[in-house]
Amino acid sequence: MAVEERDNHTGYLTTGHEWNGIKELNTPVPRAVYFFLTIAVAFSIGYWILMPAWPLGVTYTRGLLGIDQRNVVAQSLKEAAADRNVWTAKIQSESYAALLADPKMMAIVREVGRPLFGDNCAACHGRDATGGPGFPNLTTTSFLWGGKPDDIFNTIRVGINSAHKDTHVSQMPAFGRDAMLPRGDVLKAATYVYSLSNPGAKNLDPATVAAGKKIFADNCVACHGDNAKGNPELGAPDLTDRFWIYGGSLDAIDTSVWGGRQGHMPSWEGRLSELDRKILTLYLLDKRTQTP
Amino acid sequence: MRPFPTFSQAPMIAQLTRTERQNAILICLVIAACGFLLAAAGRDDPISIHGALIFVACALMIFRIGKDYYAPEPSDERFAHYYDDPSKAGIVLSMAWVVVGLAFGDWVAWQLVYPDLTFGGGWSSFGRIRPVHTTAVIFGFGGNALIATSLYVLQRTTRARLPDQLSPWFVLMGYNLFCLLAVTGYMLGITQSKEYAEPEWYADLWLVVVWVVYFLIYLRTLARRKEPHIYVANWYFMAFILVVAILHIVNNLAVPVSLGSAKSYSAFSGVQDAMTQWWYGHNAVAFFLTAGFLGMMYYFLPVVAGRPIFSYRLSIISFWGITFFYMWAGSHHLHYTALPQWVQTLGMTFSLMLLVPSWASAGNALLTLNGAWHKVRDDATLRFMMVAAVFYGLSTFEGSFMAIRSVNSLSHYTDWTVGHVHAGALGWVAMITFGSIYAVVPWLWKRTGMYSARMIEAHFWLALAGTVIYVFAMWNSGIIQGLMWRTYSDSGTLAYSFVDSLIAMRPYYIARAFGGLLFLIGGCIGAYNIWMTIREPREAEARAGDLPEPRLAAQPGE
Ligand code: HEM
Ligand code: HEM
Repeated sequence: MAVEERDNHTGYLTTGHEWNGIKELNTPVPRAVYFFLTIAVAFSIGYWILMPAWPLGVTYTRGLLGIDQRNVVAQSLKEAAADRNVWTAKIQSESYAALLADPKMMAIVREVGRPLFGDNCAACHGRDATGGPGFPNLTTTSFLWGGKPDDIFNTIRVGINSAHKDTHVSQMPAFGRDAMLPRGDVLKAATYVYSLSNPGAKNLDPATVAAGKKIFADNCVACHGDNAKGNPELGAPDLTDRFWIYGGSLDAIDTSVWGGRQGHMPSWEGRLSELDRKILTLYLLDKRTQTP
Repeated sequence: MRPFPTFSQAPMIAQLTRTERQNAILICLVIAACGFLLAAAGRDDPISIHGALIFVACALMIFRIGKDYYAPEPSDERFAHYYDDPSKAGIVLSMAWVVVGLAFGDWVAWQLVYPDLTFGGGWSSFGRIRPVHTTAVIFGFGGNALIATSLYVLQRTTRARLPDQLSPWFVLMGYNLFCLLAVTGYMLGITQSKEYAEPEWYADLWLVVVWVVYFLIYLRTLARRKEPHIYVANWYFMAFILVVAILHIVNNLAVPVSLGSAKSYSAFSGVQDAMTQWWYGHNAVAFFLTAGFLGMMYYFLPVVAGRPIFSYRLSIISFWGITFFYMWAGSHHLHYTALPQWVQTLGMTFSLMLLVPSWASAGNALLTLNGAWHKVRDDATLRFMMVAAVFYGLSTFEGSFMAIRSVNSLSHYTDWTVGHVHAGALGWVAMITFGSIYAVVPWLWKRTGMYSARMIEAHFWLALAGTVIYVFAMWNSGIIQGLMWRTYSDSGTLAYSFVDSLIAMRPYYIARAFGGLLFLIGGCIGAYNIWMTIREPREAEARAGDLPEPRLAAQPGE
């Protein structure tokens, strides 16, 4: 039989049930609970009336305010674009030279370009655009596919060895691995290339360098040019300066000649607007401070 | 070294009747055969490794049963006692999982500070060990604790013994097999990439079988109850079992590529898939991480406090409020997505109404402590439960707040969510579990108390400090992140790149990982304390203030 007891501490009766010693008080539900429940329900009903809320078969209640999240986004994008128009129009219409000479416009380029570069390019080229192993430093004048504004803009557009139909294509053969040159010749050619950017280097055997020069002339000049200054038409890098994508130590050069190189850069045409790509081009031109 | 205490002191196999032993072997044989088939069918597929794992697990089990197969049968005296062996094993497993799960959690946290901490392994990459962490803590730790305590509470509040001795073992062992398949699968790259439902089709099917047996144990025991009324803890436990079954089955509907392939394709696609997943995900929070642990709280808190529940009526309306409102709230995980806005509206408003029964539950727990606050001060076990109720109130308030669309536009995708999760997970789920385990271990193993009260005290402060550091770090980092992502420069474009926000996050990630380390150390101390309590060969003495265990047959029904 259920026997209610009075709890001394609170003064309330128990329900009279007991489970392994646990009892429950018959305390009424505090008023506050009903109060807040009413407020919450009233708010919800109000919100349902104003906003899209309940399904009705194939449609739904639209709400008195007529708000729709897609329209809201479209509207705010339109407004944001209009706000930016004051400077975007100028970037789109003016020439690189004019923009580069305009400190106000370049201040905007720096402000806008930094996060744009950070979100899209920094993963490979580094946050400060100085590159890293496998990815070129973009703050130098030494550009694989040409460093004029239009060249840079075009490289961003089509990418390198990318899926774009106009992509830059370049492939340095694997002279060693594909047995185009014997092992010793690879090392000789590498030694010669090393000597180009390290003219003062001692402990290089002059005979090896000379032999390497001959091998270079037979195998490499087609792309890298007679003077090894590279060829932006083919994306062949200048081998005489101090900028290296894959490292300029003798070992690293040897590895490149042995195994070949085929770097990739995605095409940004489908992902960034023409305006954004122009901003990035300007951003890089502005960053280009290091000369050989 | 004394042998494994739970087996030596209460020989668990010897408690089974001969028929139960035979059936156990038979079941293991059938499952082993299934494992063998998977291993054979999936020769070049990772599923074969799982097939082999199932086979070996069953073989070990058969071996274990076989060893004691000829032990004398238990006497009928056993019917005079509750059947607690599975609960004991569940507690031990739960503590083992928590140490593993917290260690993985802290590892994940350090990986976010030092991304190279994978040590080069594919299995140890962030994307794989993150679900190992979530599964180990939620399902391994939480699930085992829920199974163990629910069976304990069920018997005592119905005054009925479990209907048989084999099915609880089937549930416990089967469930742990599922958890093992889950975490090993992630490291092998097996996942269906639905958060909290990552295991693939064969593991999911297995869990359905286990879970149905679990529910049947509940129903069968309730049918034999000697108490006229069903205590509220059992309502929560039943809601937990029943709803988790429904969620699990619906969200995991999928078609495997073949019987020899671990890969399956979901029955849902696009936004329907997203909605099903977060209907599942949110109700997993509601019925696994909330309802189940409320069941735990409703038993252990009043018993340890020695106080009656503050209000029976409040427990009933909060129960129905929580059960009803939660079901609608899942879409708040998909605000501002392709999900139609009207669904988001419903998710948001139901989340707001949900706050009322949530706070009613937290309030009911805290008001139950009136008249026992001196115990809260003196007894870390009860303090664990008190703090849990506070964090429950805090995280539900935060959750309802974050469910408001405009707030969510700031918090979504940020560490604020992670902070909210861990306010609930560390502050509520883990704390209520530790409190309940510290209460139940001495009762289960018939000890006068835990091995060391000071270790409980140390664990409490480490856990509290760890939680507070974790949650504050994530609030800071989440809000900074959210603000950085929506800050515009004067030119009207985003002011920060994503990497900028990562750099801003770093100090908070270090703080979080440090807080997690404290929490982990606390967990290890707890595991050690429990282990030593079990090993101590102290004789049964009625603990002061403890409730005497009613003997089943001796007490006539009311
Ligand atoms: C030592 C203590 C813990 C640490 C250091 C820790 C750390 C972490 C980390 C680093 C993440 C990933 C966050 C991200 O992806 O940004 C995470 C996620 C998660 N953890 Fe923990 N954790 C701990 C304890 C727990 C416990 C006890 C539970 C549950 C009972 C839990 C449940 C979760 C859940 C559900 C997620 C996924 C959150 C989401 O997707 O939003 N954690 N944890
Ligand atoms: C009134 C109760 C609650 C409401 C309304 C609520 C609401 C929310 C909201 C709005 C989010 C963020 C969704 C997003 O932006 O992606 C969230 C995430 C989450 N909450 Fe709660 N919450 C509540 C209570 C709890 C409790 C008690 C826990 C216990 C541990 C919890 C665990 C989680 C988890 C694990 C997630 C992360 C899900 C993910 O992986 O993204 N919540 N909750």
